Amino acid sequence: MTTATSVDSGGIFGWLDRAHTVAKPGFSRWLVPPAALCVHLCIGQVYAFSVFNLPMTKLIGITESAPDDWKLTQLGWIFSLAIVFLGLAAAFTGTWLDRVGPRRAMFTAALCFGGGFLISALGVHLHQLWLIYLGYGVLGGCGLGLGYISPVKTLITWFPDRPGMATGLAIMGFGGGAMIASPLSVLLMQYFATPTDKGVAATFVTLGIIYLVFMMIGAVLVRVPPNGWMPEGYVPPAQPKKLVTTAHVHVDEALRTKQFYLLWGVLCLNVTAGIGVLSQASAMSQEMFPGQITAAAAAGFVGLLSIFNMVGRFFWASTSDYIGRRNTYMIFFALGVVLYALVPWTGRIDSVVLFVACYAVILSMYGGGFSTIPAYLRDIFGTRYVGAIHGRLLTAWSAAGVFGPVLVNYIREYQLNHGVAKADAYSVTMYIMAGLLFVGFILNWLMTPVHEKHHMTDEELKASMEA
Amino acid sequence: MSETTHHETVSGANKIKLVLAWTLVGVPLLWGIFNTLAKAALLFQ
Repeated sequence: MTTATSVDSGGIFGWLDRAHTVAKPGFSRWLVPPAALCVHLCIGQVYAFSVFNLPMTKLIGITESAPDDWKLTQLGWIFSLAIVFLGLAAAFTGTWLDRVGPRRAMFTAALCFGGGFLISALGVHLHQLWLIYLGYGVLGGCGLGLGYISPVKTLITWFPDRPGMATGLAIMGFGGGAMIASPLSVLLMQYFATPTDKGVAATFVTLGIIYLVFMMIGAVLVRVPPNGWMPEGYVPPAQPKKLVTTAHVHVDEALRTKQFYLLWGVLCLNVTAGIGVLSQASAMSQEMFPGQITAAAAAGFVGLLSIFNMVGRFFWASTSDYIGRRNTYMIFFALGVVLYALVPWTGRIDSVVLFVACYAVILSMYGGGFSTIPAYLRDIFGTRYVGAIHGRLLTAWSAAGVFGPVLVNYIREYQLNHGVAKADAYSVTMYIMAGLLFVGFILNWLMTPVHEKHHMTDEELKASMEA
Repeated sequence: MSETTHHETVSGANKIKLVLAWTLVGVPLLWGIFNTLAKAALLFQ
């Protein structure tokens, strides 16, 4: 144990130190995925935040919006702020996380995310929107970013034989979190609502406490393996694959490689296309199949897509352990081009089944893009700084979160302004998205191993481990 | 789920922890999936 660690180990928070999280003999590595899921299932709530939007426009008027009630446009900023701060926190705290270990990071994420809800509850109670921006948007967003990347490196280290499956399990939780949060939030608001109160503040307090406790359980459960640990029976391949390195690249050095920017582009384009069509899924299904898909059925369609999004995260990341990361992304982009181009045709032949099938596979690959990227980073840059590098790469997600919906909305508006029928306005959008995926295919195809000059020397690696 | 560290078998306490931990995350997730599937069923009616 180094001096620095010894200093960290003191005080009431000593149990959070990396030194206290090293697994003892008899520990099962299969306890780490549920620890990660405890965090990801909670922070996945962010995708269900929209269930609060409508009630929050009637906090004063209760049955109808009063003049002093908040507008939907003002409330939309809460989600946007949270996503922006997710990206910023992931980018800027990766190196710190690498140093302090997963438990302290999960603990901090729990305080930020749970605390964000509590501050937001106060904001609702006092009807001060800035408190919600600060609470859920800024503080909660930081919790999202920290929580998202905190278990990734730990899982990769525990599962050197199946890193894709391990990170896929955790990131699947992020996809599944909204499925729990959405009905739970509705139930809680119904429970707390009175004739003079929408029940939003009490729901925020309850959710904040539930998420705080659940994420803390994850922090308590998580363990890091002892140095040099390997799963029983696992022998690292004598002849590593071309795109799987056994060396390590420092996080700052990774930013000087073309591979980082290729992967940034790969993630950004995959997410841009996915978010773009996801944001239009409900309206698109109803306008392409008028009379066949009703508003209620469209809501069911979006629900179905969220399941494929979640399952895809586990399926594709696990598959990548067998077929390789680059090949997995090749499938995402090649199959994506075909499916995006097929969607307008399903409208022309009036086939709801084919339309739903195309969308389901597209959304599974959208989720798969998120869950396969940590293992791809591990293959290219090694395990030492994979958490920090992953954090910086997630800025691609933030960029795509803005770029995707804006692109889709502007294209659609342009089409409608030029007299294109509503149902046909989606065709151009889908073809442009297919074009983006083709660019992604090229970027992924250009992927090569990182040049040796970027690798850490043995001395540098030893020094970084000691620090 | 019979993985080992340092070539030692998983302890009994950890086996119980395993069941509890997977139940803790599995039950809410299954509840969420069930709710979503119930909503998605409207698409096929």
